[in-house]
Amino acid sequence: MSILEPSVEVLKDLHHRMLRIRLFEEAAGKLFEGNKMPGFLHLYVGQEAVASGVCVAMREDDQVSSTHRGHGHLVAKGGNLNQMMAELMGKADGYCNGKGGSMHICDLDLNMLGANGIVGGGAPIAVGAGFANKYRGNDTVSVVFFGDGSTNIGAFHEAAAMASALKLPVLFVCENNEYGEYTPRHKVMAITDVVDRAAGYGMPGVIVDGMDAIAVHEAALEGLARARAGEGPSFIEAKTYRYYNHHGVQTLGMKYRTDEEVEEWKKKDCIEGFEKRVTEAGLISADELAAVRAEVQAEVDAAVEFGENSPYPDPSTLLTDVYTEMV
Amino acid sequence: MSAETAAGGTPAPGTTVSMTMIEAIRSAHHVMMERDERVVAFGEDAGAFGGVFRCTEGLQERFGEARCFDTPISELGIVATAIGMAVNGLRPVAEIQFADYVYPGYDQIVSEAARMRFRSAGDFTSPIVVRMPVGGGIYGGNTHSQSPEALFTHVAGLITMIPSNPYDAKGMLISAIECNDPVIFLEPKRVYNGPFDGDHDKPLVPWSKDPRGDVPEGHYTVPIGKAAVARPGNDVTILTYGTMVHVAMNAAEQAQVDAEILDLRTLLPLDLEAIVASVEKTGRCLVVHEATRTSGFGAELSAQVQEECFYSLEAPIVRVAGWDTPYPYSQEWEYFPGPNRVLAGLRRVMED
Repeated sequence: MSILEPSVEVLKDLHHRMLRIRLFEEAAGKLFEGNKMPGFLHLYVGQEAVASGVCVAMREDDQVSSTHRGHGHLVAKGGNLNQMMAELMGKADGYCNGKGGSMHICDLDLNMLGANGIVGGGAPIAVGAGFANKYRGNDTVSVVFFGDGSTNIGAFHEAAAMASALKLPVLFVCENNEYGEYTPRHKVMAITDVVDRAAGYGMPGVIVDGMDAIAVHEAALEGLARARAGEGPSFIEAKTYRYYNHHGVQTLGMKYRTDEEVEEWKKKDCIEGFEKRVTEAGLISADELAAVRAEVQAEVDAAVEFGENSPYPDPSTLLTDVYTEMV
Repeated sequence: MSAETAAGGTPAPGTTVSMTMIEAIRSAHHVMMERDERVVAFGEDAGAFGGVFRCTEGLQERFGEARCFDTPISELGIVATAIGMAVNGLRPVAEIQFADYVYPGYDQIVSEAARMRFRSAGDFTSPIVVRMPVGGGIYGGNTHSQSPEALFTHVAGLITMIPSNPYDAKGMLISAIECNDPVIFLEPKRVYNGPFDGDHDKPLVPWSKDPRGDVPEGHYTVPIGKAAVARPGNDVTILTYGTMVHVAMNAAEQAQVDAEILDLRTLLPLDLEAIVASVEKTGRCLVVHEATRTSGFGAELSAQVQEECFYSLEAPIVRVAGWDTPYPYSQEWEYFPGPNRVLAGLRRVMED
């Protein structure tokens, strides 16, 4: 893939989305560390190229179904950082009025069908959305992001079987970060490349460097075009890595992976590598990249302030949104 | 407390050690894996990592990968594999990482495990233990907080247990592993590290400061189907289990009501004898659980008490339970039936 192929606008878009994710996540991590955020926090840092590469390739009406590590997908789809941060902090102005939390954010206005606290839960939803799109005769595509670990659960396989049998406009994007929670992939999977599973469902699959947003973007364009043309689902395996622990903000000193491995992956950092490439190619200046960073940081800082100033949901809302009307 | 909770079980020899509920559960695994080579333990992150709540920590080092291992993320597969092991002579102890993840495995539990004995005229049994942490209190939101006990007590052929303290947890888990029928073993995760009384602003009191955290090192059992009197009293019976035992104790102290608190420990088969004896003595009954109210296990308890003790009741049975909503994230303590709601329930049941 030549770096010259995507337009400068696309490159800037990729960079902007990756940065928005990175800086949002780092801020969330700090709040979590400072006990300003309760519950669970599964940070997306390290994998930004995947969500960004795919979402830049998508149209606005294309849909996303996501995971427990879902902040990056919503940010990449254009999520409102204020509402996201407020939700993570359990505040009333959050996406789910503070009732969902980190793992349960969605924004139907952005065609983001939801993060998902249940591993594998997102794939069948994307397939159903794909069916609805085909049924309506539009050419919208639904994209599901999922981890390597989730391809061990039935929901993934049933979704893949259904999507391919019915030839639905779905793009399966596997983020293979080598660990299912605290267990290395090789302990619980007898294959090295998750994409091998796509063959069993007659689905074309491709492996991409998940630390390279441009490569991900190109693969996504192909898969989306195929789905849009009515040719059915495709599968992308993006080889990537999460810098932080499965949950929380620890990066090093973990029993299930080595510090050296973390450092090796960080050398392939998707944002650093990207910035180096585009500046060296003279496509975007270092000054411009720095300006974008400052602008995104200001947006993130404002989101933190927004979240901190937002009230907790009123107890009177405890039973809202359980049914169409309160009973 | 130890002697009392052990009533009906086998004696507890040897020295006792202060343990958290996590350590007690780990100890039960150790004891049974030492004694019985048929016992194997597995689940997601349960092997090398030792489980997300550390309940299987050290088992792989001690007993090897064949007896304590990591599984793929596959709850149906975990339960199904356990059933296959059990019909072929092993004693599997499977961990479901959070009870909220069990639903893909529910088909196997209901359609296979619970009916293996029935559909083979007793030729095959399915002596599995499926352990899973339940309940809220850790801001897990709607997919890491649920209390699905009623989904299991509704299924004939299953045994459903839930301890409230380390001593019981170990003795009950040993009983579960030794049991010849499938056991759903629910672990109230909010009391893994200490007896949480519902007041979330107070610092956690560790089990090391509680006599129920004194746990024998060796083998002992707490029997299946036997409730424990967590607090003796004469004026009202509180039927509860798991985390809510501690919340009910707190409320009873605050209310200065002479409440008798029954820690049910096994939900199915239910210790109806102990329930009836208590309610006939007190004439009043309050049912307390964290799970949602409608069709919750409290409905079954209320019905049983009404059928068995109607003429002893001096007031309608009152239920205190979680609200009928998915578990909310930041409204954790509005959902959770804390001491104030139990107090209100106590006042209501004492009114007439």
